[in-house]
Amino acid sequence: MMAPSTTSSIMESLFQRTLDDLIKTIRSQILSEPTIISKSISEIRKELKSTDLQTKSTALEKLTYLNSLYFIDMSFASFHVVEVMSSPKFIHKRIGYLAASQSFHDHTDVMLLITNQMRKDMNSGNEFEVSLALECFSIIANIDLARDLTSEVFMLLGSTKLYVKKKAIGVILRLFGRYPDSVKVVFKRLVENLDSFGDQNLLSAVIGVFCELTTKDPKSYLPLAPEFYRILVDSKNNWVLIKVMKIFGKLGVFEPRLAKRIVDPVCDHMRRTTAKSLMFECIRTVVVCLSEYEMAVKLAVEKVKELLNDEDQNLKYLGLKALSILGSKHLWAVVENKEAVIKSLSDADPNIRHESLHLVMDMVSEDNVSEMCRVLVNYALKSDPEFCNEILGSVLATCSRSDYEVVVDFDWYVSLLGEIARNPHCHKGEEIERQLVDIGQRVREARPQLVHVARDLLIDPALLGNPFLHRTLSAAAWVSGEYVEFTKNPFGLAEALLQPRTNLLPPLIRAVYIQSAFKVFVFCFHSFFVRKKTTLSSSFNDLSRLAKREDSFTSFDCEQDEVLNLGLENRTGEDLALENGEDSVGQSSFSASIQNDPFTRESINGLINMIKMSLGPLSGSDEVEVQERARNVLGLVELIQRETSCFVEKEGSFKEEELQALKIIETMHNAFSEEIGPVSVTSQERVPVPEGLILNDNLVDLDSICGDILSPPSSSFSMGNRLFGEIDTSSPLDLQREGDSEQSNESTSLLAQHRKRHGLYYLAAEKNEMGSNDYPPPNDLQSTGNINDSTQDLLKLTEQSLVSKKKANHSKPRPVVVKLDDGDEKPVSDVKPLKELEEDQLSGAVRNILLGEEGNPSSSQSKPSEKSSGKRRVKDVLPTSEHTSHPRENLSDLLPEVGTSSRRSKHRSHGKERNRSPKNNDEGNQGNPEKDKKKSHRHSRNKTRQRADLPLNVVAQTPVIPDFLFWDYRVLDGYSRSVPRWGNQRTEGGCHPQSAYGVLPIESLNRLNLES
Amino acid sequence: MGIRFILLVNKQGQTRLAQYYEYLTIEERRALEGEIVRKCLARNEQQCSFVEHRNYKIVYRRYASLFFLVGVDNDEYSKVELSGSNVELSSSKEELRMAYGLIPERNELAILEFIHLLVETMDRLFGNVCELDIMFHLEKVHFMLEEMIMNGCIVETSKSNILSPIQLMDKAS
Repeated sequence: MMAPSTTSSIMESLFQRTLDDLIKTIRSQILSEPTIISKSISEIRKELKSTDLQTKSTALEKLTYLNSLYFIDMSFASFHVVEVMSSPKFIHKRIGYLAASQSFHDHTDVMLLITNQMRKDMNSGNEFEVSLALECFSIIANIDLARDLTSEVFMLLGSTKLYVKKKAIGVILRLFGRYPDSVKVVFKRLVENLDSFGDQNLLSAVIGVFCELTTKDPKSYLPLAPEFYRILVDSKNNWVLIKVMKIFGKLGVFEPRLAKRIVDPVCDHMRRTTAKSLMFECIRTVVVCLSEYEMAVKLAVEKVKELLNDEDQNLKYLGLKALSILGSKHLWAVVENKEAVIKSLSDADPNIRHESLHLVMDMVSEDNVSEMCRVLVNYALKSDPEFCNEILGSVLATCSRSDYEVVVDFDWYVSLLGEIARNPHCHKGEEIERQLVDIGQRVREARPQLVHVARDLLIDPALLGNPFLHRTLSAAAWVSGEYVEFTKNPFGLAEALLQPRTNLLPPLIRAVYIQSAFKVFVFCFHSFFVRKKTTLSSSFNDLSRLAKREDSFTSFDCEQDEVLNLGLENRTGEDLALENGEDSVGQSSFSASIQNDPFTRESINGLINMIKMSLGPLSGSDEVEVQERARNVLGLVELIQRETSCFVEKEGSFKEEELQALKIIETMHNAFSEEIGPVSVTSQERVPVPEGLILNDNLVDLDSICGDILSPPSSSFSMGNRLFGEIDTSSPLDLQREGDSEQSNESTSLLAQHRKRHGLYYLAAEKNEMGSNDYPPPNDLQSTGNINDSTQDLLKLTEQSLVSKKKANHSKPRPVVVKLDDGDEKPVSDVKPLKELEEDQLSGAVRNILLGEEGNPSSSQSKPSEKSSGKRRVKDVLPTSEHTSHPRENLSDLLPEVGTSSRRSKHRSHGKERNRSPKNNDEGNQGNPEKDKKKSHRHSRNKTRQRADLPLNVVAQTPVIPDFLFWDYRVLDGYSRSVPRWGNQRTEGGCHPQSAYGVLPIESLNRLNLES
Repeated sequence: MGIRFILLVNKQGQTRLAQYYEYLTIEERRALEGEIVRKCLARNEQQCSFVEHRNYKIVYRRYASLFFLVGVDNDEYSKVELSGSNVELSSSKEELRMAYGLIPERNELAILEFIHLLVETMDRLFGNVCELDIMFHLEKVHFMLEEMIMNGCIVETSKSNILSPIQLMDKAS
């Protein structure tokens, strides 16, 4: 009965196509690729069902291959994967594990089935089987698997086989990530491996793990600083050094004393190393946590300069990157390398150009802003559209930063905006629009120039054809309408706004044009009437007649006059000298003023005709906005025209009709003359709260309901969580506070959270509240705090100019930029960090262990207080820690005080022994098998310390450590731009003749061409 | 080092090896590989070997007809200034950089060196490695990577240590 099935399986395996066959078939291209693949998939499906493990595993192998390179779904085969994994033959097992690590994920349903198999393999005597299981575990472990296999990993961490131990260490990140409780079990053994000085392989793996762990929660690992320090000083493996420096970069931020300790070794490495990657890491470390140490920074800048001037693009790019991170604190470093930076602005590589642009923008200051921008804007004209916009964008962003901080001469800046807008590639219309309007509102002194620039833009018919400019034009139109009183030639402006080519504009912008034309028109009329009235004001007769006729009107009129005069006083002199002069001397030299006066009957008539002509057709427009506005204007024109009956009366008398028209115009003018100011972001807060509305009501319930909905999407920016995680636990003070009053304050903190999140709906903080009910409306800046504001601004400005010592003498003082007291700041972040449960647990567990409190059950309530008390104890003990006579005293001056002292203190305060810290282990001296090893460590450490004091070249000649990554990143003029090669002083396995590397990739790999 | 994936792609854009250290669905992988390959292959010799793509930073290098691409996290920044940190989640990386002087975590040169180590190791394993070797011994390359990287961390950088288990396994099977 058995015979048929056996024969069939033999037949199957005989005629089964192997993976090689499959690859060959695909390569032969006899059939099209999809056909071959679909054919072999159906084959594979059949073969997978075979009872023969050989057939099955070959099928799985093929499937894995197709999945990996041809995106074939293999989830259907997951059960077969488990079958192959559990095969007694290693070769099958291997295929099974590979398939599993490639296709399984957290929610694969057969995951439950592999736990036992993995456990069995982890316990196997064959180290390769163990490593297979561990490798697979490190990729696919989910929470269940991690939990169930924690004890196995723990056991393997203590294995005597280095190979197995290394793999077990490699698994740990996954284990901690999925099952944080495992920290309690495994962490000690992990830390022990930091001491394993004998084996560099393990060290590389362990440091890798810690490097990743510290990224998430640096503070918890501060107690391990002495171990890391030792590695930093002693290790010769560049990979390890890079990672240790990364760790210190994170720890140093929290512990300034640590920075003091590492500055020397880091500088040593920087000077000594020939490997560019290590050097780059040193530079990075200096920037991150050693920026207070001048010597280190100088050295780093020197090295950056080397990178910048290198021919290799990669190094240049990284040099720029390093410079830009240096520049955030040491601008002089950037300025020093100005030439190189500006040179790379024209590099072939967009990445490099982008970086150098950043740097150039960083260099911009009050003193050089105009020259820099001039250069950049001119450069933008020459470069390709994409980069051109990048340049223009960053110019705009830099100049407008914190309310145009760097701009002193707004006339210049406004002209620059006009120029940028005219750049044919410019796509930044929206931003220019925003800034034009913004400057108009904020900077009174810039308005004349603004109108001038706007007019130039409007008047050029060619610009209307460029759709990218439309937004800019819209702003120009608005500006010219709003501040029309500053123009010398309102009629020209009206002409520009009404020119026929405006039909190229989109309707909404056209509506702005029409509205602006409306404003111009009202202004012209008003000026005309005012002029006329002032010329007539001498005529006593008329005035009295006026007064008789309409008391109320006259009074209104006078008021208007005052307003207007006030307005005129506020303007800057030059542009309006003519007009002003006219107004003031109007009575005496009245005939002369008539001649100079642009507002004659003819011109007004001309304006009316022009409006009628160009807007007439629009009253039937399809677009609501356009139509409505056009009709508004036309209606007003009609009205006035009817009243004034075309101005045919003789000069010098106010007709009644004209008075009527004047009244209308005055009203309109009045409506437009109110100034529009910037609006504070927080103005909403200042709205008085209606009586009887209780806003302090406890909204905790609401919060719990809306919490999910309103919480910010963390996925949008994945670093956010971590950032907040850090913030969350950043200050020990916070922790302490939390610990002390946690429970009592729970509701208040929730309320505070809610307040933070929904600040808008809360009353403003106390300082805002004192003014009770009479808040100024948001727009009304001038009436209230404006004087204060402007003086403050001035103060600030002078301060700034004092700070920048070598300030050039500006011909005119920087105009006041209207700022709102708090309004322009970004609203305080209203998001509370979403606690990452997992990470929290992880770091909590780590801290517990490192603080020697692993025995305590870490209930969530007691945790913070424990931690903080631990911290406090550390501080208390700190001064006395020097007195503890200890065999490690030499260590304690070598190592950062914080680490040792805190460990000691913890040690004492808890009276608990930690295996891994033999230094503190006074009592652990009897028959400890590790004792000798440790002693030797100590010696070696002392030695290194001495060694570090010796001249550098001596160190460079220390015995060779075989075969670790130690490359010189250097340019060869071979195939590749940059081929790493072995560092001079490192040779592999004794003395390798090919130590000057770079031969291999060129010669041997060219053979790769065979394929094509 | 937070390696997220390793790809080997030939000049024609065909994937020759794909190893991921995080789970992506097939569709995600297909899209990702397509985009990256297009982006990297379009670059010329004068341009640097680093490309940013989505939330990855890709360090790549070309050896003859094969491109070696390594994707690492690009999102990790260490914060220089911790005071007054009101970072909005929504703010872009660029803004963050401006506001707080954030410093990118990655050491691109180290990744480049890793790529080179990978190539050298393959060369030693296959003896004058070529694209065909990689095609027909894909699983070996996978095992090699397993020896070198676990969980996205580089655990082994010694060629003999990487290769000895593979050779032993070959003998055993």
